[in-house]
Amino acid sequence: MFLSAILLALREIRRNLMRSFLTTLGVVIGVAAVITMVTLGNGATRVITDQISSLGSNLLIMRPGQRMMGPGGGGGAPRFRVSDVEAIATQVSSLRAVAPTTTTGVTLVVGGENWTSTVNGTTNAFFTAGNWNLAAGRFFTEDEERLGLASCVIGNTVREKLFGGQNPLGAQMRVRKFNCEVVGVLASKGQGAMGQDQDDVVILPLPTVQRRLTGNRKDVPSIMISMQDGAETEYVMEQIRTLMRERRKLSDGDEDNFNILDTKQIAETLSSTIGTMTTLLGAVAAVSLLVGGIGIMNIMLVSVTERTREIGIRLAIGALEHEVLLQFLIEAVALSAFGGLSGIVLAIISCVILSGLMGMPFLFDPSINLLSFFFSALIGVLFGYMPARRAASLDPIEALRHE
Amino acid sequence: MNAPEPAANIPLIEFRNIAKTYGQGEIAFQALRGISFSIQRGEFLAVMGPSGSGKSTVMNILGCLDTPTSGSYLFQGVHVEHLDRNARALLRRSHLGFVFQGFNLLARTSAQENVELPLLYRGEPPEERHRASREALGLVGLSGWEHHTPAELSGGQQQRVAIARAIVTHPLVLLADEPTGNLDSKRSHEIMELLVRLNRERRITVLMVTHEPDMARYSSRVVHFVDGLVASDAEQQEEAACS
Ligand SMILES: Nc1ncnc2c1ncn2[C@@H]1O[C@H](COP(=O)(O)OP(=O)(O)O)[C@@H](O)[C@H]1O
Ligand SMILES: [Mg+2]
Repeated sequence: MFLSAILLALREIRRNLMRSFLTTLGVVIGVAAVITMVTLGNGATRVITDQISSLGSNLLIMRPGQRMMGPGGGGGAPRFRVSDVEAIATQVSSLRAVAPTTTTGVTLVVGGENWTSTVNGTTNAFFTAGNWNLAAGRFFTEDEERLGLASCVIGNTVREKLFGGQNPLGAQMRVRKFNCEVVGVLASKGQGAMGQDQDDVVILPLPTVQRRLTGNRKDVPSIMISMQDGAETEYVMEQIRTLMRERRKLSDGDEDNFNILDTKQIAETLSSTIGTMTTLLGAVAAVSLLVGGIGIMNIMLVSVTERTREIGIRLAIGALEHEVLLQFLIEAVALSAFGGLSGIVLAIISCVILSGLMGMPFLFDPSINLLSFFFSALIGVLFGYMPARRAASLDPIEALRHE
Repeated sequence: MNAPEPAANIPLIEFRNIAKTYGQGEIAFQALRGISFSIQRGEFLAVMGPSGSGKSTVMNILGCLDTPTSGSYLFQGVHVEHLDRNARALLRRSHLGFVFQGFNLLARTSAQENVELPLLYRGEPPEERHRASREALGLVGLSGWEHHTPAELSGGQQQRVAIARAIVTHPLVLLADEPTGNLDSKRSHEIMELLVRLNRERRITVLMVTHEPDMARYSSRVVHFVDGLVASDAEQQEEAACS
């Protein structure tokens, strides 16, 4: 009996392709929308967290001035000294690397090519703190670092723009008014969390930048501090804070004239924001799934009205009420399951295309797929079955008289 | 529902004081006002009467498509008015075949699939369904039309598909409510000859509503209804059917 009900339901679908197609369409679009939104949201969250961790795990950035003054802020607050870097490195526990950084924009020239990029004046600790690897060449020697020699390590984008296919190692590159030798090329990291190109950098020893690019200043505008894995962030930050207050001779009543930023915290804020967005978009898409369900209900209602006579015929020639119901149930389940599956396929296709376009990974999330699939099936069953129940409970002659 | 072969003295169908009232209160309308008759196996009964006299109402009750308001309906000695929906559906399924004035075939469904439908509900295997439906279509003279849909068939052909669907389960009784009402006179006579043949060769009891005396002449007994009551009930000469 179950088999014959399946047969009848499939016949009915085949006989009414247009109606079946319209019934399914709402579910297809609804399911596809929900899955696409959530999958893209997950991809975006992953991009952010990946980027933050490639920036350096457990990375703190210390700047002069109070918190939330923005880059270059800090007003009159004094900058740091190179000796601060050494003090932190030696006196604070659980650290991996401490690097002074001073950043400035420059125009680079090699042969006829020129390119504007960002220069970081720092030490070898910068590479450790930022999780940088070498694609070719080497980092700085101790002499280069200490004496501020004209040697530089370049990012992959700078290499591409200025050297093309040529080997940059040992070549001379003009940085504003002086020449320096390229000693290393960094492995590519790709796009940053905000879409910026992380590989568009030149790294020079700190004294070189201080002497030649930033007007002979001995101070440091920012310090990168990388903690060891498993370090207690709060505790480390407190240690640094105490040390720096002492070194900057702040008395008990004074506010900090520097701030320490926890990149992980930024990452968490960002990804929770994106998570909220994803939920929101998912909810909007869920509404469209619901609308699709109402579409099914409408078409099923109309078709049951149309089909009340047909139900009467079936009852008149000996179908039992539950056999007619089973047929409608199977029809509804088959249509909405097919709609759900097509929706999933459509969603996967659009996710692959869209995440490709947006430079995000495609993360298949089985739970949202299952969830929207079963939701669509439920809608189909509820909305397809309920109207049929009414028709099948009629006396056959009433159903037959129905116009 | 396969009642044991009834004793010779039990009629196939017995109506005892059947009444049917449509609606309630002020709009209540008594379509049948106490009908009693019995039908033996093998009869070919024609129900006649003016429009609105209750012919269709009687047929629907006979066919278990509708229930009487009062009175007793015995089918092979079983009180049908005591059966529930499912039991009545099973009775229809195993013993009754129905032919309607408006054919009532499933649209966009081939003749063969239409005829197979009752067998499907009886759970017959596919080979048996195909065989039996082809045979039934052959019997009504529609061999070669198996794969045509109702829209591709003439009215007479559609009614023959409906008859094939009604007899494919080898029912005891074939009920036909104005089966020729939508057909021209030539097709009507063809249908009547088919019904006579089924009645004689297959011993199917045929109960037919008609308002055309020409068609009633094919039957062995004519019951006249007037205003929800039996006005006359008479056996007919055999030879009249051959006119
Ligand atoms: N479903 C119904 N509701 C109300 N009145 C009905 C219904 N069906 C039939 N009737 C009335 O019952 C009477 C008998 O109807 P019916 O048996 O169809 O007559 P016939 O088939 O002899 O023309 C008619 O007057 C008709 O109006
Ligand atoms: Mg009538």
